Amino acid sequence: MQDPFVRIEGVSKLFGAFQAVRDVNLTVGKGEIFALLGGSGCGKTTLLRMLAGFEEPSAGRIFLDGQDMTGVPPWERPVHMMFQSYALFPHMSVEKNVAYGLKHERMTKAEREERVRAMLDLVQLTQFAHRKPHQISGGQRQRVALARALARQPKLLLLDEPLAALDKKLREQTQFELMSIQERTGVTFIVVTHDQEEAMTLADRIAVMDKGQVRQSGTPTDIYEYPNSRFVAGFIGSITSFDGRVTAVEGEVSRVDVPGLGTEIVARSVAGAASGQAVTVALRPEKVTLTRDRLEGPNAIAGEIKDIAYFGKDSLYRVTLPSGQLIAVHGVNAKRAEAGRPDWHDKVWLSFDPAAAILLTE
Amino acid sequence: MAAGRHSRLSEWFNRRGWSDIIISAPYIWLLLFFLLPFLIVIVIAMSVATRTPSAPPFGYGGDNPVLNFAGYARFFEDELYLRALVTSIINAFVAMILCLLIGYPMALGLTRMQSNWRNILLMLIILPFWTSFLLRVYAWMGMMGKSSWFNRLLTDIWNMVTPEGWAVSSIPMMHSNFAVVLVMVYTYLPFMILPLYANLERLDPTLDEAAMDLGTRPFGVFWDVTLPQSIPGIIAGGLLVFIPASGELVIPTLVGDAGSPMIGRVISDEFSSSRDWPMASSIAVALLLLMVVPTMIYSHFQTKAEHKPENRP
Repeated sequence: MQDPFVRIEGVSKLFGAFQAVRDVNLTVGKGEIFALLGGSGCGKTTLLRMLAGFEEPSAGRIFLDGQDMTGVPPWERPVHMMFQSYALFPHMSVEKNVAYGLKHERMTKAEREERVRAMLDLVQLTQFAHRKPHQISGGQRQRVALARALARQPKLLLLDEPLAALDKKLREQTQFELMSIQERTGVTFIVVTHDQEEAMTLADRIAVMDKGQVRQSGTPTDIYEYPNSRFVAGFIGSITSFDGRVTAVEGEVSRVDVPGLGTEIVARSVAGAASGQAVTVALRPEKVTLTRDRLEGPNAIAGEIKDIAYFGKDSLYRVTLPSGQLIAVHGVNAKRAEAGRPDWHDKVWLSFDPAAAILLTE
Repeated sequence: MAAGRHSRLSEWFNRRGWSDIIISAPYIWLLLFFLLPFLIVIVIAMSVATRTPSAPPFGYGGDNPVLNFAGYARFFEDELYLRALVTSIINAFVAMILCLLIGYPMALGLTRMQSNWRNILLMLIILPFWTSFLLRVYAWMGMMGKSSWFNRLLTDIWNMVTPEGWAVSSIPMMHSNFAVVLVMVYTYLPFMILPLYANLERLDPTLDEAAMDLGTRPFGVFWDVTLPQSIPGIIAGGLLVFIPASGELVIPTLVGDAGSPMIGRVISDEFSSSRDWPMASSIAVALLLLMVVPTMIYSHFQTKAEHKPENRP
């Protein structure tokens, strides 16, 4: 990441006694797609509205391209927003909607028409230019909203749940379209979403928010592989977690005693892990190997298969551990109709690499 | 044979009989209580006035043609009627515009208000209807009279702000078109506010934000986004004020200028004082054609324009 293009410094927002956003610090690079990810009420939309200028921060400041945005009204910000409901003007045609922002630009009629044509081209809606918003489909409306927001060539485009109103198939296709349009225009995108898959696919970097705070920010890989807290680990992807206590820290790894498991877990150590500390070990289903015989290595737990969900290309096993806990294990069905494939009530061994186990102190 | 017919009848009844009956109810109502009486009025308009005691003051035949258009002819010839018509239209139009100018901000304000306050204020708008309409007109008559506190207050203000020679002892408000318009605005204001409120309340506030986001200042947002979307409400409210105001009888009779009567007063006078029912009916029919037909044509084209798919390639 080069120079921070958007800088959010200690921003908080209070609505009466309710703290919607608390002390958020973030930077977004030029040309990046940045995702604010979190459940409803986590403050991500409030943060977006502060970027657009619809809300003023109660504390802290927002800089855009080096310029302090404090007190700058929405109509003077080089920031445009694509609303979740699209907010297309129902009394204007598609073309007039796209041209709307341009009436404040100093440009000739020909230039304006040219820009509108280019925008409609970009979202492939040229043939619908004269239709009203209620005469086109939901996916087309979404593209009109995008074209309208991009027409004035904003420095920053804010997208509020851009794909939430589309059905699953259209959503996947639109995701890649959004990315390619972002690449062609070079505009910095900040996307608000509650959908972790959407955030992972679209974004260069993600900030996971909870109760008004940013819990972790980083690339999708950072967030998935190296979550910094139980919350983030649980929010992104699925995990099985074991609560235990560190018995020893030996160089690279920590030994964790998990009551009732019958064996200790060896996990790659993290900064701040100390002997005697209460920790959580989180395991992703795809990082665990399921075998009939015990594999050599530090982590091996015995269990019994309780449930199998067969998806075709892969299967999800739910295995009961000696402690009674259930663990999810992901298995790829690499071979066709394998004879020895684990079955219901089979006794199996689960093993994983210490580096695959996520040690969480928070 | 009879059984077959019976089953066919009950089949029709079950399939669409109920819905047909329910849908036809308002049409039957309109037929009985609007179209039929209006046909009677049309017939009376073409009869001849008679002066037989204890009988309806109109009749046919005699030396007169069966279809008598004398009433219509007089309506368009005699300046009195046309002047009354013009006065009515002007008064009603001014009242409508003033209702719009006063009512629009009120309706818009209501939509931007917290819901508990909004319900109280909506109640207050409807509240005057709970007192007698005549009582309220009489209250205005008292207020506008020369010796009322209201008139004296206005007189004092006038005398204070105007130069020496302009001083007056009271402001002549009563028995003028000003008084008619004032009371009509007061009376019909809720009919403007309520349809406008219903229209504005449905508008999506994120559209305002979208316009601001695209560089438009708040006043421009009103002009670009709110106003165009509220045109159906303006038309509905405008018609609800203009149509009854143009035919208003009580207000011009009580506070109006007897020298320039409104058309409602003229119809009433023809009917009761002159006992010329054919003339009164002719005016009523002409008025309806002049006022309602353009409105219907307009609304016909309006709905047509709204449903036309703009589907040029």
